[in-house]
Amino acid sequence: MRASRPFASLALAALLFALFVGAWQLSSSTGAGGGAAVDPEYAALVGAAAAAGGQTPFPSPVQIGGRILEHLADPFYVRGTNDQGIGVQLAYSLGRVLSGFLLAAAVAVPLGFIIGMSPLLYGALNPFIQVLRPISPLAWMPLALYTIKDSAISSIFVIFICSIWPMLLNTAFGVASVRKEWLNVARTLECGPVRTAFRVILPAAAPTIMTGMRISIGIAWLVIVAAEMLVGGTGIGYFVWNQWNNLSLADIVTAILVIGLVGMVLDQLLAIATRAVSYQD
Amino acid sequence: MFDDPFDPAAHPLGCTCGAHGGTTRGLACEPAGTEAGAASIVDRAVTRAIFRTERRRRAFIGLVGKATAAAAVASVFPLAAARAAFAQAPRTIEKRDVKVGFIPITCATPIIMAHPMGFYAKHGLNVEVIRTAGWAVIRDRAINREYDAAHMLSPMPLAITLGAGSNPIPWTMPAVENINGQAITLANKHRERRDPKDWRGFRFAVPFDYSIHNYLIRYYVAEAGLDPDRDIQIRAVPPPEMVANLRADNIDGFLGPDPFNQRAVFDGVGFIHLLTRELWDGHPCCAFAVSREFITQNPGTYHALLRAIVEATAYSSNPANRREVAAAIAPQNYLNQPVTVVEQVLTGTFADGLGRVQRVPNRIDFDPFPWHSMAIWILTQMKRWGQIRGDIDYARIAEQVFLATDTAAAMRDLGLTPPATASRTHVIMGKTFDPADPEGYLNSFAIRRS
Repeated sequence: MRASRPFASLALAALLFALFVGAWQLSSSTGAGGGAAVDPEYAALVGAAAAAGGQTPFPSPVQIGGRILEHLADPFYVRGTNDQGIGVQLAYSLGRVLSGFLLAAAVAVPLGFIIGMSPLLYGALNPFIQVLRPISPLAWMPLALYTIKDSAISSIFVIFICSIWPMLLNTAFGVASVRKEWLNVARTLECGPVRTAFRVILPAAAPTIMTGMRISIGIAWLVIVAAEMLVGGTGIGYFVWNQWNNLSLADIVTAILVIGLVGMVLDQLLAIATRAVSYQD
Repeated sequence: MFDDPFDPAAHPLGCTCGAHGGTTRGLACEPAGTEAGAASIVDRAVTRAIFRTERRRRAFIGLVGKATAAAAVASVFPLAAARAAFAQAPRTIEKRDVKVGFIPITCATPIIMAHPMGFYAKHGLNVEVIRTAGWAVIRDRAINREYDAAHMLSPMPLAITLGAGSNPIPWTMPAVENINGQAITLANKHRERRDPKDWRGFRFAVPFDYSIHNYLIRYYVAEAGLDPDRDIQIRAVPPPEMVANLRADNIDGFLGPDPFNQRAVFDGVGFIHLLTRELWDGHPCCAFAVSREFITQNPGTYHALLRAIVEATAYSSNPANRREVAAAIAPQNYLNQPVTVVEQVLTGTFADGLGRVQRVPNRIDFDPFPWHSMAIWILTQMKRWGQIRGDIDYARIAEQVFLATDTAAAMRDLGLTPPATASRTHVIMGKTFDPADPEGYLNSFAIRRS
């Protein structure tokens, strides 16, 4: 891929976006058709579309844009337990994702290190990892709720369990595939095992470990939305569920955009970290 | 242990079954007749302390007789002094900060509006009302003690106590929230198919397996000759998703709580086929539920909560207050619905989705009294559809879970008049239900699983 002409790709992206939104706006403004006229008392009790004999249509981009501006104008308000701004909800979700993710990293990286250094352990633990890894994290949710008996900790546990596998496997793989020559050099220089681990293996495996982390945080961010929709209470997933409750599609679209942006930021942060530790052979 | 907010002299004291009147709480009740209604709470608390378990106490009383038992207890414990001390017990509230979970539907009106309209605060409580995603979640959170009390469907405390759909945990239901207030909503394409006999193959949604909604839709179609397990499909769908599912043509209709029936009309997706008051006028729907453990540990808090709920229920029941209540509960912190939708539900002046404005003032009403006969009817339906099996002691379970005595005491305390008994006959779709003969009632149905 040539990285030239960034301006042209940007312009094309903007054009595609404008076309998409324009088509959407056009199609939503022609939706409501003239239906049977009903008496004014009845019309006052139902939505505008229902009064005209139709269904409430999907919101137009203009309506959604209005809602986005409203949300962004005051993202951090707290007006009671069940009514908090979108920024506050995002903070809750990020808090859960980060605690689950950091816990998983604290377990996965040392464990992956040990597994990677010992072919015996690798062989012994591999069957368990292979069985546990493909389980959808949400499938753990009922079990977690039942045993932990706390929905906040349960959702952190779900994040933990979904983000541990990529980090564990990548760490083990990275550690196991450190070049033999480097280890031999370390041995001839009479490095102790600890020194070898930290000064040779860790830097050598770091890019692979960071890639595992990048995959993990992506999965964690995907899962938190679903987990919060399930348990409710707070968080951006709960915000989506709550607006769904109100059939407020404009708010849901707002939340979807925000979720996408935050996910992108998280991914880019880890991409930067990965670049920082990568090296050329 | 008990702070009696009521005047014991004015009310005969008894047990929780309601048949005996009085204000004992936290203690299981004897079947009517085995123990004198005049036995005071103190006597019972003392005997309880002496015998440790209800079973041993009952065994002892059964063995030596009531009078001998009382004399024996009096010989080792100064009952008269204890009674006097008890009568002056202060109204202490053990726990001021209380968490109450609710599902955002108009059934929960008293639980919700008691917060913005200050009924909890009036009774000395700092309550946080927490909106919850669905019935299974509310059940799990209540069982995990994340909530002190919760809005539940009235069959849920029975199911939790019996261990249907969860581990058996003694649960109680000291107050009904709403009566009536549900509806069958059908998709607009079924405007011409209003006869349930034509509903073979329909897919219906109900909020939960253990819900009055499930039992009513089953009853309704079974009366029309359809087997609800074979001729139609019934799915448990969280209320907020009902309208979206109806719109997406995933279901043909639902028997669900408001505001979602009205919301379907508001969004032009469906029409109200009938209100559930046409099936059973005065049927219980949602409830205020607490665990038996919470009552034992926090009797003062429990009674303050119950008084707040009963007062809020009475206020919500008054037609003159309905608009005000609708405005209080519609915002995002509570129901998160357009005010006009909530108002149509609560005032009973509503668009039916067929172009007419209907006026049914008791479309939804609020009455806290948990009739034991309602519990017995629910149990017959749980057994009818195979949710519970084997012989069950209907009256005893009803007494243990539906705490009519406590409700009555709270009502009297607030100057309301509770019913004299806790059991009565009900008429469901023209057929009389006699709580004295639940098995006979059950066997009178042609379509049943047991």
